[in-house]
Amino acid sequence: MKDFIIPDRDFGTPAAKSKVMVTLTIDGFDVTVPEGTSIMRAAAEAGISVPKLCATDSVDAFGSCRLCLVEIEGRSGTPASCTTPVAAGLKVSTQNDRLKKLRRGVMELYISDHPLDCLTCSANGDCELQDMAGAVGLRDVRYEAVETHFRAKNTSGEDNPHWVPKDDSNPYFTYDPAKCIVCSRCVRACEEVQGTFALTIEGRGFDSRVSFGAKTDTALTSDCVSCGACVQACPTATLQENSIIDIGTPERSVITTCAYCGVGCSFKAEMRGDELVRMVPYKHGKANRGHSCVKGRFAYGYATHKDRILKPMIREAITDPWREVSWGEAMEFAANRMRGIQEQYGRQSVGVITSSRCTNEEAYLVQKLTRAVFLNNNTDTCARVCHSPTGYGLGQTFGTSAGTQDFDSVEETDVVIVIGANPVNGHPVFASRLRKRLRQGAKLIVIDPRRTEMVEGPHYKACHHLALKPGTNVAIVSAMAHVIVTEGLMDEAFIRARCDWDAFQDYAEFIAAPHHAPEAVELLTGVPAAEVRAAARLFAKGGNGAIYYGLGVTEHSQGSTTVIAIANLAMLTGNIGRPGVGVNPLRGQNNVQGSCDMGSFPHELPGYRHVKLDDARAVFERVWGVQIDNEPGLRIPNMLDAAVEGTFKGLYCQGEDILQSDPDTKHVAAGLAAMDCVIVHDLFLNETANYAHVFFPGSTFLEKDGTFTNAERRINRVRKVMAPKQGYADWEVTQLFANAMLAKTGGATWGYTHPSHIMDEIALTTPSFAGVSYERLETLGSVQWPCNEANPEGTPLMHVDGFVRGKGRFIRTEYVATDEKTGPRFPLLLTTGRILSQYNVGAQTRRTANVIWHAEDVLEVHPHDAEVRGIRDGDWVRLASRSGETTLRAEITDKVSPGVVYTTFHHPETQANVITTDFSDWATNCPEYKVTAVQVSPSNGPSEWQEDYAGQAALARRILPAAE
Amino acid sequence: MSLETHPARSSPQDKLVTMANQIARFMESKPYAEGREGLASHINDFWEPRMRRQLFDMLDAGGAGLRPLVIDAAPLIRRPSA
Ligand code: SF4
Ligand code: SF4
Ligand code: SF4
Ligand code: FES
Repeated sequence: MKDFIIPDRDFGTPAAKSKVMVTLTIDGFDVTVPEGTSIMRAAAEAGISVPKLCATDSVDAFGSCRLCLVEIEGRSGTPASCTTPVAAGLKVSTQNDRLKKLRRGVMELYISDHPLDCLTCSANGDCELQDMAGAVGLRDVRYEAVETHFRAKNTSGEDNPHWVPKDDSNPYFTYDPAKCIVCSRCVRACEEVQGTFALTIEGRGFDSRVSFGAKTDTALTSDCVSCGACVQACPTATLQENSIIDIGTPERSVITTCAYCGVGCSFKAEMRGDELVRMVPYKHGKANRGHSCVKGRFAYGYATHKDRILKPMIREAITDPWREVSWGEAMEFAANRMRGIQEQYGRQSVGVITSSRCTNEEAYLVQKLTRAVFLNNNTDTCARVCHSPTGYGLGQTFGTSAGTQDFDSVEETDVVIVIGANPVNGHPVFASRLRKRLRQGAKLIVIDPRRTEMVEGPHYKACHHLALKPGTNVAIVSAMAHVIVTEGLMDEAFIRARCDWDAFQDYAEFIAAPHHAPEAVELLTGVPAAEVRAAARLFAKGGNGAIYYGLGVTEHSQGSTTVIAIANLAMLTGNIGRPGVGVNPLRGQNNVQGSCDMGSFPHELPGYRHVKLDDARAVFERVWGVQIDNEPGLRIPNMLDAAVEGTFKGLYCQGEDILQSDPDTKHVAAGLAAMDCVIVHDLFLNETANYAHVFFPGSTFLEKDGTFTNAERRINRVRKVMAPKQGYADWEVTQLFANAMLAKTGGATWGYTHPSHIMDEIALTTPSFAGVSYERLETLGSVQWPCNEANPEGTPLMHVDGFVRGKGRFIRTEYVATDEKTGPRFPLLLTTGRILSQYNVGAQTRRTANVIWHAEDVLEVHPHDAEVRGIRDGDWVRLASRSGETTLRAEITDKVSPGVVYTTFHHPETQANVITTDFSDWATNCPEYKVTAVQVSPSNGPSEWQEDYAGQAALARRILPAAE
Repeated sequence: MSLETHPARSSPQDKLVTMANQIARFMESKPYAEGREGLASHINDFWEPRMRRQLFDMLDAGGAGLRPLVIDAAPLIRRPSA
């Protein structure tokens, strides 16, 4: 769709990458562009817009509309400028009588088969066909078309066989074939940008039309994943956002950042007044380059969902109904309780949980609340339950927990290992960029118990899928390292230059031991040794090798060891410190990276400095004017244990739903129930709020200023596009609460008036952020930390000249089987994951039309396991572990191996975490979500626990009518 | 509901034993001195005083169930001030 708000010019064809420059003349002006540029784009660079319909710069030119004709001196005919590359010395004219006449002829043909209902068309004012009719000076249409695509009935009242009704099966956009000009921009966007290949042009000539796969397919039943790239590419109203149809065109736009996943896509929030009309991925967003997925583009309806709580609420006991109160009363109540708890049970008896969904500024304030107001280090974040092993593992080997690359790096990768991640669902825009590279011929190795959507896709297939038994990551990655070391495939020059040689020799001796050989671990992992050997050789010798990994690596009792093993593998093969390589943790939620950077962990201050370090504490003590505890504080599981023991009594929990997202639900519930003051700060009455005494309503990312830091360490701006519906941005709420506490203790109150001031404090105290400010973000768009005096524009690639810790350090990685073992009672292994349309615990996405794609969590069972248990597809089944049981519906599929079952955890009714145990990573206590021994059996419906739980939740959510 | 006992239902002490032993299992693959030192500093860096106090209660009572490396590393673990 053309942009009429911020002039994001469409150059017609993608930029050429060549370094060789070519000069030509267009309409008498000299233009110098890279070799391979189209004449259309060269003209656009010179400020000349050649009329066009089928070209747009997000996809390769196709040359079908013939509107962009030009003349070239010395060449005959009128070539299409979008498909004709520049050449040195060409003399091009884009406008003369012959071209004008030809273009009008083209437009006449288009318009004769197009309804002339511009005034009531949803694309009115935002239609390229309309614009081009104007641009070529079309004044009348001489043909009266006999056959059209847009008349439902012909003049005699008979049905027109060429007319196809609208397809409005997708909840977010409508396909109206009557308006299609068959430019194929949508088809190319689906192929080139998204990589799904859901659309085709069916038929030829006059009969050709866009179709969603097979004839019978609708947009909803097809392969379409609703990314919206086709809608964005369509120049007419044929593919149109429903929100535009409902509301009309926007009048302004604000650049902001998606609040869903760690890709951190940049968007233009297009507004009319304070109504959000649509989200359009921002072309200059460096993480997403103009693309997005269904969540970011469409699933923002939760912001105005009726379930959103807009008034603060309190209650004496969790058995009482909620009472709506003023902000002042809520603050007073909460501060009194927290203060009372600290007086009675001591300084350490309260703590906070920061959110990876909130901004950096907000996370910073929440950890500051505990460190500077509660005066302890009891802060943790849900990143604990996902990527804490990354922090430990990469910190030990490389010297920093940071992912090493930017997303652009994938364009130069030759061999990719994807381990324990399913980016197609979890990080869709990155997956699109990866798939594009795979279609160009890069090789793929997938290490995952399940045949994920990543393994095979349109026009690519993984060379190796190592379908290991859950819990054996260390064994597999170590076996690959064994092959590389024993077959002498390592990059010795790199290791000698860049790594600690003694540590390497120690490691090499360790890993060469026969018990690490693929043949020796085959029984454990279930992966044929030959496959492991072949994969190792491919990775070692296949060119630029990059490793991308996710929660399937970290959420294990050996999560940290696997991260170390991955880092070892990258160092062994010399795949660090340049584009196309590296170790890349795919972070789950939008601001996992940022919340970790901001000192959310109990043992480290912002910028990953341990609280035991005197000089690190001194920096903050100076700025905050308090003394900081030098002992690590409580992690989430410790808080819950201490609560059950009776020593931890008060919690401020921002933007997290630990009851749903943390393992072993019953233990979490017991811990929460034992506390005297649980403050939940969130958009909705989440599951944790069932145990809360105070509820602070939260604001959405549309309602506040701030920054998110994505998986590539990129600090992106979040901009306020509308006022907070409940009155305050989240950072203001934290400040109100801190000041209510400080009023009681007599401390100096906080006085931030804008998040930029918080960022200034972060820059002042945290070396890797020293160069970050809102002004800098305004000029650069975004920056990747470290951003400081040495790197004022940020750092796209880490460890370029040397590792952060100096020499890279190899560390031994002995495989230790998890204590969670199958046995006669629990013979199957459960592993968990996520799907595309839902996000995390689903609090937001469940409150959007995305539920159409995922109404409930289902359990994937292999046909063999299903058959011996008498389970059919769609049956209710009972899923039981040593911790508890739940019921859900079964899906019979061979995506999982025999012996393995799989589910997602997006819906509270399922309570998949009732099943998971409290085993955790040895180094960080990141819970072991990915392996639980279970049994599956037929069932009639929801379990007792689910029903009890639903009953308790309904009671706990009662709100008293406001007293007037 | 199952009556089987399992760490998911276990006492705080059992949990600490499990956690300390898990760290020991990783550190045992290193040369002895490095592993012992590594175990102690890991606990010093990540275990808050309450957990260390409970660990010392167990160590002082003989350290039943703890792997030898944990017991060996005890002198290097910081005893929380009361
Ligand atoms: S929405 Fe995305 S996946 Fe669906 S047809 Fe359009 S481009 Fe393809
Ligand atoms: S649907 Fe839109 S983009 Fe696709 S061919 Fe028709 S007019 Fe072009
Ligand atoms: S959810 Fe992730 S991939 Fe999708 S638009 Fe948001 S940031 Fe981009
Ligand atoms: S824009 Fe060049 S042929 Fe359509």
